[in-house]
Amino acid sequence: MAIELYVDPSLSPADIRRLRAGDQVLITGELLTARDAACGRLARALAAGEPLPVDLRGRIIYAVGPTPAKPGQVIGSAGPTTAARLRPYLEALLSAGMAGLMGKGDWPEETAHVFRSYGGVYLVALGGAGALLAKAITAVDVIAYEDLGPEAIHRLRVERFPAIVAIDAQGNDLHRQAREEWRRRAGGLAPHRSDMAGAAPGQGG
Amino acid sequence: MAEAAGPGRETLPRRVHVDAIRQAVAELLMEANYCIGDDVLDALRQAAEEEQSPLGRDILTQLVANYELARQERVPACQDTGLTIVFLEIGQDVHLVGGDLREAVNAGIREGTKAGFLRNSVVGDPLLRRNTGDNAPGVLHVDIIPGDRVHVTVACKGFGSENKSRLAMLTPADGVEGVKRFVVETVDRAGAQACPPLIVGVGIGGSFELAARLAKQAVIRPINQRHPRPDIRALEEELLEEVNRLGIGPQGLGGIKTALAVNIEVYPTHIAGLPVAVNIGCHSNRHRDVWL
Ligand code: SF4
Repeated sequence: MAIELYVDPSLSPADIRRLRAGDQVLITGELLTARDAACGRLARALAAGEPLPVDLRGRIIYAVGPTPAKPGQVIGSAGPTTAARLRPYLEALLSAGMAGLMGKGDWPEETAHVFRSYGGVYLVALGGAGALLAKAITAVDVIAYEDLGPEAIHRLRVERFPAIVAIDAQGNDLHRQAREEWRRRAGGLAPHRSDMAGAAPGQGG
Repeated sequence: MAEAAGPGRETLPRRVHVDAIRQAVAELLMEANYCIGDDVLDALRQAAEEEQSPLGRDILTQLVANYELARQERVPACQDTGLTIVFLEIGQDVHLVGGDLREAVNAGIREGTKAGFLRNSVVGDPLLRRNTGDNAPGVLHVDIIPGDRVHVTVACKGFGSENKSRLAMLTPADGVEGVKRFVVETVDRAGAQACPPLIVGVGIGGSFELAARLAKQAVIRPINQRHPRPDIRALEEELLEEVNRLGIGPQGLGGIKTALAVNIEVYPTHIAGLPVAVNIGCHSNRHRDVWL
């Protein structure tokens, strides 16, 4: 059963702590959007001690770059982008109070620990399902970095937007747990990380 | 088809206006983004039945719903409408008229992007990184084939999956076992970030650049079509089983459906080499083609 999660427009530390890796949630309320360019700018502003154009405390940032809306649509297709590309900015965003980041895919191994130490969560939305996810977005407006076009920070109103908690504030990592369990169950191979490729170029002759 | 001409006789080339190619590119680009192929949709439906992880089944069912919705409403199935890859196979008896072919292809990309409400996902320089604002240029591959027709194929390649692709120059001694290890390892590293279930395109042989191109051609081959050579077909089937034992599963949240297909293309190569390229394709494996 999915849990109804209200973000209007922020989550309290208690709300965050209740979420567990593996929980399916339906988010109603407000999300901010930011991907590579906007997250980079936010991080640089923080590093320079400049004020942010938007208060991140308690907010969920959705890493998305939608397609343009067709006439009559609120927004175009709006599925998540790969979150791990935002790794360089993660500490900065969390230290500014961001409660959750939503994207797709897993992170490098030590990242769950970063979420734990700041008390934040990582959510995943369904990658490649941008048409379906757009249906849960009811309003959109630009609130910062307008010059970035589709990468500007937008505010999204969402109604029962489906997501899954992938890293919780206790540092549990759903991707890693699920993969290990299913690798065992599927009779999988041991993870191999041999550096055969690239390290052993063919000898020409 | 043009009459075969004997030595000394000349066949009149068939004239094809580049505008027809521009239009075809624009239409195929929109169509590919809105309407996923039946091969992928059928495979997703089947995977939704076979997946053992309940969460995985749920995810696959939602992906099917997404593709049905996109087709019905004619909206992009995925917001990463991709870098546009165009393959043109041009009959040697064709005379292209009416302008610059490359410009016609890029104009088609611009038109399809604008008219189809697709995303501008292209930067004009890989280092300076300014968005071109019109989703052009694309990547164009041209081949000359017999005959007097033009085959236009348009693929939209999202970079969540493209970024996970790899190439290795293996040695003859690495053999087929080395190829298998490299393919499985590449899928393992791609993990959750490439939007599994994946379509894995493998190019074996040729040269450095040809292996990569073969891998791309493999990715856009219909996934219900196995390779005609029995040994390659067996390798495709074996590799699919192997990658599905990695446990990555739909969206990387665990399961037995990490990939929907492994497609392999092969080509002769040098006595000293064994190039292998793996082009990772996400489930949103969008491509369309037409003969002009
Ligand atoms: S990897 Fe594919 S399905 Fe996922 S977001 Fe990119 S284009 Fe879409």
